[in-house]
Amino acid sequence: MSYLKPALKHPGLPKNKLGFTRRDYEGSISTLCAGCGHDSISASIIQSVWELGIEPHRVAKVSGIGCSSKTPDYFLSASHGFNSVHGRMPSVLTGANLANRELIYLGVSGDGDSASIGIGQFAHLMRRGVNMTYIVENNGVYGLTKGQFSATSDKGSKAKKGAINTDEPIDLVAMALQLGATYVGRSFSGDKTQLVPLIMGALSHQGVALIDCISPCVAFNNHEGSTKSYDYVREHNESVNKLDVILGRAPITAEYAPGEVTEVAQHDGSVLRLRKLHEDYDPTDRVAAMNYLARHKAMGEIVTGLLFVDPDPEDLHASLGTVATPLNQLNDDVLVPGAAALEKLNAALR
Amino acid sequence: MPQPLSATNDFVVKFANVNGSGSASANQLFAKSILRMGIPIASRNIFPSNIQGLPTWFEVRVSGEGHLGRRGGVDMMVAMNPQTWDRDVAEIDVGGYLFYDSTKPMPKSKFRDDITVIGVPLTELVNAAYSVARERQLFKNIIYLGALSALLSIDPAVIEQLLAEQYKGKEKLAKSNQEAFHMGRNWAATNLPPIGLKLEKADKVGNRIYIEGNAAAGLGAVYGGATVCAWYPITPSTSLAEGFEKYAKRFRTNKDGTKNYAIVQAEDELASIGIVIGAGWNGARAFTATSGPGISLMQEFVGLSYFAEVPAVIFDVQRAGPSTGMPTRTQQSDVISAAYASHGDTKHLVLFPEDPRECFEFGAAAFDIADRFQSTVFVLLDLDIGMNDWLCEPFAWDDSKRMDRGKVMTAEMLEAGREFGRYLDVDGDGVPFRTYPGTHPSKGAFFTRGTSRDRYAKYSESGAVYVDNMERLLRKFETAKEYVPHPVEKKASRTTPYGVIYYGSSSAAMQEALVALQADGVQLDAMRVRAFPFHNDIQRFIDEHDTVFVVEQNRDAQLRTLLMNECNTDPAKLVAVLHFDGTPITARFIREAIGRKASSVEVVPLRKATP
Repeated sequence: MSYLKPALKHPGLPKNKLGFTRRDYEGSISTLCAGCGHDSISASIIQSVWELGIEPHRVAKVSGIGCSSKTPDYFLSASHGFNSVHGRMPSVLTGANLANRELIYLGVSGDGDSASIGIGQFAHLMRRGVNMTYIVENNGVYGLTKGQFSATSDKGSKAKKGAINTDEPIDLVAMALQLGATYVGRSFSGDKTQLVPLIMGALSHQGVALIDCISPCVAFNNHEGSTKSYDYVREHNESVNKLDVILGRAPITAEYAPGEVTEVAQHDGSVLRLRKLHEDYDPTDRVAAMNYLARHKAMGEIVTGLLFVDPDPEDLHASLGTVATPLNQLNDDVLVPGAAALEKLNAALR
Repeated sequence: MPQPLSATNDFVVKFANVNGSGSASANQLFAKSILRMGIPIASRNIFPSNIQGLPTWFEVRVSGEGHLGRRGGVDMMVAMNPQTWDRDVAEIDVGGYLFYDSTKPMPKSKFRDDITVIGVPLTELVNAAYSVARERQLFKNIIYLGALSALLSIDPAVIEQLLAEQYKGKEKLAKSNQEAFHMGRNWAATNLPPIGLKLEKADKVGNRIYIEGNAAAGLGAVYGGATVCAWYPITPSTSLAEGFEKYAKRFRTNKDGTKNYAIVQAEDELASIGIVIGAGWNGARAFTATSGPGISLMQEFVGLSYFAEVPAVIFDVQRAGPSTGMPTRTQQSDVISAAYASHGDTKHLVLFPEDPRECFEFGAAAFDIADRFQSTVFVLLDLDIGMNDWLCEPFAWDDSKRMDRGKVMTAEMLEAGREFGRYLDVDGDGVPFRTYPGTHPSKGAFFTRGTSRDRYAKYSESGAVYVDNMERLLRKFETAKEYVPHPVEKKASRTTPYGVIYYGSSSAAMQEALVALQADGVQLDAMRVRAFPFHNDIQRFIDEHDTVFVVEQNRDAQLRTLLMNECNTDPAKLVAVLHFDGTPITARFIREAIGRKASSVEVVPLRKATP
């Protein structure tokens, strides 16, 4: 069931550059379990869009099926949303993006939706470089059907009813890196200070941005023996950097030692300022990122942070050479060649 | 030896070739030269699922009377493929002609004595004139074209003109082709006696055009304002997406090189239809082209389009069978899987074009219909229409026509205070208003999902709310009956208790069969169904007759099943006439099948009844 929230707002709520409060970016009340990681991600999305000062109706939210895919109803109610079919958010979002390149596209999916049934569409969207933010709310379990392993469950991880997972997990971050995604990050729903700037950077990124967000399932995957529980993730989280998204090229104010900070200017004018937490980590080197990831996975660590960013991404529209005007705004004059052209064609077919 | 066949402007020539040998171009020239002489033809490729090496046939029916269906039977076989020699020779009608390459002697047992054998030493001729292997292979085809032109009295000036057009800007190639053509023509004129099959200039073609249905449908999509095409290659639909690309490139490229369209070759059919639905949701006209196996894969998404009410256009170029075996053979076997695609209670809009002209017309109209009804529209072609060049009426367009984007609420309307409920039936026709994403800062946004929502798109699992919506969807479907192309009716010359219903590519053969059946004394009122949902005229037509034959190209009488489901009629009244061997239906088949069944329901042929 959905509930309407009271329209009454506290007059003192902080406003963004457009004069909107965070309340203007909220959605219906969540129907997920109390304590679900997904709700924290929704809150982080609201915070990110608000901080970026994006008009809510300029965002299009698309999801597949599952607990994660229900969440677009719980944020940005002034945006159009599309709860499509299981595992097929990538294709629906690709089509939406082709129709109107001016909106900001946010795809929300889960580990079942993206790594199992939707692995093919996930992979091909990454290859095509659709300009979007792709958030996987990854809890390693099927929640709505009550506790089956998903394809991101770690080998050896224990299910609530005691079964041990024997299959190798799919690491969507590693796949995205290999398939050409131009902004790849991993985070944890319980770490808002890391997640919010990651989402902000992704929304500002002009190519395909993947955020794999580990999001514990309090109902079916938060027990001893699970590798996607709050405790386990906190214990094994290795953040490679700390990201600040600087809007409008604000000067560096804090003092950093040389080599401590990397700045990546994005096409929309935002600057990603990355404070290194690991000395040898270069977030603009794709191959190094893949190696680092593999090495640290072997050590049992969950690597988080902004793992890779291409400051100069190309998107699907660039590859296709589509016109700058959104295709859904082209009228008859542009689209229909007319009777005279048809008569010429007829003549050539005789 | 029986009398050799003698006919002017009325015979069938079949070319037996090896796939990939370059014969298609020569065969096309042959077909087109007859058209240029003002004589109607119907041409068909019969080809394997293969690029090089396997047998392929090209059949040209010359019909001064203008019959465009497949006739059946072969009057002259141009046997260029040793692999299929025996069956090709066997297929020739008694008294017919066998044209072959006589360079290598063949035992007498390889021939028949009830046909006329015409040997031309093609290999010898080509080897004497050319030394490069590929040239030898290609020019051999042009040489047999030359020889045939002499035998059948094709005007050489017409072929010269066609070669000049084909190789415009490549004069050297045009010249060498013309030399090869005349080499064959001169050899035949000097060495062969005249035969009974002849072409004579006529004026029966008029301003008609000659094109394949897939290209016509692709062009229709351009004129229909489609901007997004997502597809996955599958025979026999591939040339439809390619046709769209060709025409879009020509008509929709801006001066700076940017494109007013987007084409994505997707990873599979699921992604294709997903992209189409995403684009449709966001206000672009979008389509995919596929065949039966693709339709099977798209089922879930088609249901979503029905319930979420998102426009989409699917061109289904029907073929036989799943997997391997019959992908290059024609059928009308996706009627049910299109009309009732997906899980849950669903029904879809389906159009049945009869020829390339209607492929263009319906190909454009499908986008208006999809937008108007916010649902999937299937355009059901088949391999016969899609991949063969057909002689048809020229394409026509009314420049005053504008795209019908259906009920779209704009920012101005919302600003003016119009009430917006995404699934609210404001006009009583079952069709609600929609908004495109990003329309207005505070009004008109909604959350799209499947069935569980109320009139204002709010989530609901209430049974009453669900039923309310399902009933509105039925009202919408009812409204569509008048909007989709109406059936075309053709009355018999006198009152008759017998009717026939047919659709799609069966049309040409049916027209011819109607004439023949009338000559046999079988009077039939005919109705060509052009769309689903069925217009009320179809119910009336069934009611008006005691027996209605339903002619179709599938095993299970799929349109008949649909008629039984959707119309109020006694199933016994609907008599199935079914052709499903993968070859196009023929007038001979229909005439024979209806003639037999008509007598079994005690039709008294008029010729016998009247003294």
